[in-house]
Amino acid sequence: MAASTDTQVQASAAPSAAAPPPRRPRRRHWAPYLLSAPGLALFAVLLLVPLAMTFLLSLNSFSFYGGIENVWQLGNYTDIIADSYFHEVFLRTFRIAAVVTLLCAVFGAPEAYILRRMKSPWRGLCLLIVLGPLLISVVSRTLGWALLFGSTGLVNQGLMALGLIATPIEFMYTETGVIIALTHVLVPFMVLSVWASLQRLDPQVENAALSLGAGPLTVMRRVVLPQIVPGILSGSIIVFALAASAFATPAIIGGRRLKVAATLAYDEFLNTLNWPLGATVAVLLLIANVVIIVGCNRLVERRYKQVFE
Amino acid sequence: MNRNGPIALIFHVLFLGFLLAPILIVCAVAFTSQGYLSLPTEGLSLRWFRAIGDNPEFIRAFKDSLLLGAVSSTLAILVAVPAALAIARHQFFGREAIQALFLSPLMVPHIVLGIAFLRFFTMIGLGGTFAGLVLSHVIIILPFALRLILAASTGMDRAVENAAASLGASSWTCFRRVTLPLILPGVASGWVLAFINSFDEVTMTVFIASPETTTLPVRLFLYIQDNIDPLVAAVSAVLIFLTVAAMLVLDRVYGLERLLVGKGRD
Repeated sequence: MAASTDTQVQASAAPSAAAPPPRRPRRRHWAPYLLSAPGLALFAVLLLVPLAMTFLLSLNSFSFYGGIENVWQLGNYTDIIADSYFHEVFLRTFRIAAVVTLLCAVFGAPEAYILRRMKSPWRGLCLLIVLGPLLISVVSRTLGWALLFGSTGLVNQGLMALGLIATPIEFMYTETGVIIALTHVLVPFMVLSVWASLQRLDPQVENAALSLGAGPLTVMRRVVLPQIVPGILSGSIIVFALAASAFATPAIIGGRRLKVAATLAYDEFLNTLNWPLGATVAVLLLIANVVIIVGCNRLVERRYKQVFE
Repeated sequence: MNRNGPIALIFHVLFLGFLLAPILIVCAVAFTSQGYLSLPTEGLSLRWFRAIGDNPEFIRAFKDSLLLGAVSSTLAILVAVPAALAIARHQFFGREAIQALFLSPLMVPHIVLGIAFLRFFTMIGLGGTFAGLVLSHVIIILPFALRLILAASTGMDRAVENAAASLGASSWTCFRRVTLPLILPGVASGWVLAFINSFDEVTMTVFIASPETTTLPVRLFLYIQDNIDPLVAAVSAVLIFLTVAAMLVLDRVYGLERLLVGKGRD
């Protein structure tokens, strides 16, 4: 074995020794570009070009008789800015996303903390229950809420049996229903994010604070919370962005009556066939999404620099 | 002291109940013996599971979903591995920009991608084809694969590779015999996460799927928009059973937490 490697070394050492020294940096210089070339080509053709075409499409005009016309104008954008119907849809979209984000933070963060304090076999099992829904199709999960809200009315039956409400609440085709279902779909992301930030928190620090005479509330406020706030914030960014662009859940629970930005774009594309207007809604949604994600990430990272390092 | 009090445990039970309720109700409704939606109070029956067999479009969509997930995750891995190696171990001009580009599909709402691909594929003649579905899925699942492979290749010890190279291994041999085995856990979990994301995708796919070539989630979604009946609950229940089974295997083999901490956006 040693002999064979020796001969191999000799055999290949010759050409590499003969190669001029500057060759190595040059190869190094090109290697990363060659390695990422397939991906770059794929993304240029299949991501940048289609997105650019969508932007161009949003500048075209549309008429019910002539179809899409190849003119370049900002008419679709001014239409959306001027029309109170579109204001309402965008406002509703961001209102739903904000409430969902708040609910996810309020329920997801304590749950992550409780999970971390659990003992070994229970912790794994509960983590599986919390994270598992992420793997189940969002359509199946939303179908579950449609069944609970509508056809069986189990939620209302339960609430009335508990004496919490006197008359049934309308969940289907309402914002309340969409918010509950979306919170269910997105809360695992918040738990994950806070869970990740809790991994960096040494439980002994809590014990140290307790032994120094801090009450449980003080420990929570002064020791735990400062550590997990970055986790809550980055979880909130994820949840907000996903909630604002959610499609399947608002489409099933909200139906055709309660439109959000994503279902509006879908309707313009596949029902009204006004592609330029649909593309305009999509472009606005994309810009809002990127601004929120990039902007908030910058803010969170700058504010909590020491925690991320 | 580091234990949960009674209030925390009540909260915890309610939280788990909230997470499980819609999933359990789908399974419960699927076992009804009635011809309409009701909870299985009138008796259990497997009739709606048998009814799936009379609706071959669900079975065909399921097979298409599996094939689509397998093909697109494999393609995504083939593209992501060299890209991850380039980003993880080279300092070069445009490195951050290239990484940002590869991760950018996470920031683009899938509804926007659906619209963009619908327009683009219609123009280049790929509208409604399986090839179009594969290409679009490669774009959206690549970031998930890339992140896990990046994590694996950033953490690995380069001395082993240098040793192989100094012993005369060509760069290809070095990659095949040294680098690849070392990053294989990352590559495998990247493939799995990519497959899951492809299999569950509905928002973008609903735009580019055609009645002939469609996925199970899209088929379910379009069906639910028209009517909700025990049949659709039965199909969902089967999907849930399969997912739970896969999840248990995955948890044993790799650890669900490890796989999922990479999921979602940064």
